[in-house]
Amino acid sequence: MEQLNNIGASLDFYIFVSIALFSIGAIGVLTRKNMIVLLMCIELMLNAVNLLLVTFSTFFGNGDAQIFVFFIIVVAAAEATIGLSILIMAYRNSKSIDIEMFNKLNG
Amino acid sequence: MGKDMLLLILISLPLIGAAINGIVGKKLPKAIVGSLATLLVFASFLIAFGLFIGLDKTSIVHLFQVAKFEDFTLDINFQLDSLSIWMTLIITGIGSLIHLFSMGYMSHDEGYHKFFTYLNLFIFSMLLLVLGSNYFVLFFGWEGVGICSYLLIGFHYNDTEKGIANSLAARKAFIMNRIGDAGLLFALFMMLNKFHTLEFVEIGKMIAASPELYTGIAGAITLCLFLAATGKSAQIPLFTWLPDAMAGPTPVSALIHAATMVTAGIYLTVRSNFLFELAPTTKDIILVIGIATTVVAAFIAMRQNDIKKVLAYSTVSQLGLMFVALGMGAYTVALFHVTTHAFFKALLFLGSGSVIHAMSDEQDIRKMGGLSKLTPITHITFLIGTLAIAGFPFLSGFFSKDEILAHAWMSSPVVYGILMIAVIMTAIYMFRLYFLVFHGSFRGGDKLKSHVHESSLSMTIPLMVLAVLSVFGGILNLPGIVFHNAGHWMTHFLESTTYGLNQIKPEHMDGTQSIIMMCVASAVALGVLAWSYSTYVKKQALAKEDAEMNAWEKLSNNKLYIDEIYQTLFVQPILWLSTTLASQFEQRILNNGIFKMTSAIEASGNYTRKWQSGFLSSYLFWMVMGIIGFISYYIIKSSFWN
Amino acid sequence: MSLQMISVILGSLTIASALMVVLSKHPIRSVIYLVITFFFISSMYILMNAQFLAIVNMIVYAGAIMVLFLFVLMLLNLNKEAEPETSRMGAITAVIAGGTLFLVMITALRDTFQYGKGYTPVKVQDAGLVEQLGKMLFSKYLVPFEISSILFIAAMVGAVLLAKREKQVID
Repeated sequence: MEQLNNIGASLDFYIFVSIALFSIGAIGVLTRKNMIVLLMCIELMLNAVNLLLVTFSTFFGNGDAQIFVFFIIVVAAAEATIGLSILIMAYRNSKSIDIEMFNKLNG
Repeated sequence: MGKDMLLLILISLPLIGAAINGIVGKKLPKAIVGSLATLLVFASFLIAFGLFIGLDKTSIVHLFQVAKFEDFTLDINFQLDSLSIWMTLIITGIGSLIHLFSMGYMSHDEGYHKFFTYLNLFIFSMLLLVLGSNYFVLFFGWEGVGICSYLLIGFHYNDTEKGIANSLAARKAFIMNRIGDAGLLFALFMMLNKFHTLEFVEIGKMIAASPELYTGIAGAITLCLFLAATGKSAQIPLFTWLPDAMAGPTPVSALIHAATMVTAGIYLTVRSNFLFELAPTTKDIILVIGIATTVVAAFIAMRQNDIKKVLAYSTVSQLGLMFVALGMGAYTVALFHVTTHAFFKALLFLGSGSVIHAMSDEQDIRKMGGLSKLTPITHITFLIGTLAIAGFPFLSGFFSKDEILAHAWMSSPVVYGILMIAVIMTAIYMFRLYFLVFHGSFRGGDKLKSHVHESSLSMTIPLMVLAVLSVFGGILNLPGIVFHNAGHWMTHFLESTTYGLNQIKPEHMDGTQSIIMMCVASAVALGVLAWSYSTYVKKQALAKEDAEMNAWEKLSNNKLYIDEIYQTLFVQPILWLSTTLASQFEQRILNNGIFKMTSAIEASGNYTRKWQSGFLSSYLFWMVMGIIGFISYYIIKSSFWN
Repeated sequence: MSLQMISVILGSLTIASALMVVLSKHPIRSVIYLVITFFFISSMYILMNAQFLAIVNMIVYAGAIMVLFLFVLMLLNLNKEAEPETSRMGAITAVIAGGTLFLVMITALRDTFQYGKGYTPVKVQDAGLVEQLGKMLFSKYLVPFEISSILFIAAMVGAVLLAKREKQVID
């Protein structure tokens, strides 16, 4: 980094971090079989996107992106509640939250 | 009220009757159904008569346009001229008499309202046919009478004994007519292609302006039109449906299969005379086919034992005679015979209907005999009809046949000779029929004899009216030799529509020839009458049973085996083709192909559905792959194609 | 210790704890690591002068949502390592897919790195302050803000409806 700025690191560092978080979330979704962990990985991916938005917002001095982050958090909260209630339903029906148990869509 | 309005009312009255009877007829009492239908047709007749009185020139009524194309339009137009009004008079006049007859004849039938619906619909279609001012409307009517004929032949389709035979007869009539209709359609298409219009008047004008332009196409068109005419008017080779059509109720046979519908082919030819005049070859073909038909049908009629079959073959024979006249270009003569034939053949059919009614639906003449005392009115009227058709001097048939024979003599003595044979045969089989039915002793058993009774008034009135018409119908077109001023009234009346093209004047023969001819005809009729009387009354000869017949009688009785020949020539090969195609082509190729196709689709589905593992992670994996693919695509695109 | 050092350390810790979320077998541990990740992300927000979002993130995510996850885990009594092992093949495929995704996205944003290299904000940003965001939220984004409340009600009703026990049908 040639020049320090007053917000810590450079733009590319934050982009790097957020893409890394997103990829880690994706790997988690692909590998884990516990539905709750799956949901958490999705939250992680959402946060990666949030981080990217905030980064750009700061670097371009525009508050709109932060409002979007705010709304994303709102939607994420709603999504988490619904997701967890569906999960509870699924657990009640099959006594399991293993994602591989729910393969009724197979051909 | 103008003429146009009257014409439209005239056409629509039978349709209204059909609609009322068809929709609510089931709930109405029989008296109302029958009288409504009859009165409406009679009202049409009165209007037609009024129009006939006040007729001055050809007028065309435009009702509405059906379709408009780039270079032609299809209109519903009606034409009022001497030809159409003459046909209308025949149709509505005979039609109302037969409606009246049907009220009595069908009184015990369950499908009473249905019958009158069909009859009214038939009258409406027939009016469309003759009153239309273009081939398009004519075609509508043509198809309409075809379907009505089909419905009425198979009217007793659910009869326990003859139901299947009736349905088969109806089907046969329909299919035979369809062959002819194909010809009419082809003719229409050719006319649209060549003239860009279907109006009679306009085509006539175009041809009159430059006849040499259209000689080639006229031959093709007229051949197709004549094919249509052979179908509808039961000529060789399409005549076998008409005898089978006698499966329908007798009033239907009288109205449709003797008096009106079967003359549609004659009407078509007369209406298209401007085309036929351009095609001498077609006229020769018509002449030959007409002669062949009239002789063959007369021959078959000689030894038929079903009262209606005799009359049916007689109808075919008479229609052949009309086509002979058409083939010689004597259009008005043909129409004259149409008219008189409508009178006496309707009379004969209604008379036979009355006989059948009296005999409790027995149609075999071998079981009849001696009915002259039991049914006096039927007997007298039937005798008049027989005399008229046999050409007894000064009855209507005498004059109309004489005209045709005279024209035949003018064209060639050979034609005259052959026609003379047909005329003699006509007289023989008609007198045979008459004597076997009304003279001798009753052969149907005592039980049946006790039931025989004269028909009711509604059936005998039409008989009497038609008998009067059959006697005096000849007055319409008396030969010019006797009555110089009154002669050929009908010919002159129809002149404007039937001699539009070449202005051929009706041929007036010189006096001596004409008188000789009449004498010959009279002598023939009287001779045959005397011979028949001696055979059937004096010697009490009866119709032979099948076993006793000699060769030619068998040939006649079995209708020259024409049905069997058609069966072998056309029906069997088609059936064979169908079954072969069904088993070979359809089963092996089509079915197998479809099964192969479905199994291939199923196999591919079985293969690809394994991709749908149902595991979320695999879906997500492919989604990630998709995202990677998309992004890579854009990266590559922006790197190399900028 | 310069701000740069702090941010680099924070970033590394964030990635490390995120990895732990995925790698730890125990769901409870995953939740704890996720909360830690959210704390690091919030601290990065603070570094970037987005205090309001940092607070919201901490309260809503780390506080509310993660507590909800924990509750569910406790409620279903899944506090055990019942999860079956992921097959090695599956894990490798997943890592390759994720890695490819990472590389591809980095490549896609390579132009941004070039332009952003010499880019410095002109002045200290105050876009992330509560006052600024509040003004924006209640003027420009008022309607979406109100609509989001309807979304919440819908989510609440939906959650209650889905999670409540169905009535026993006596037949």
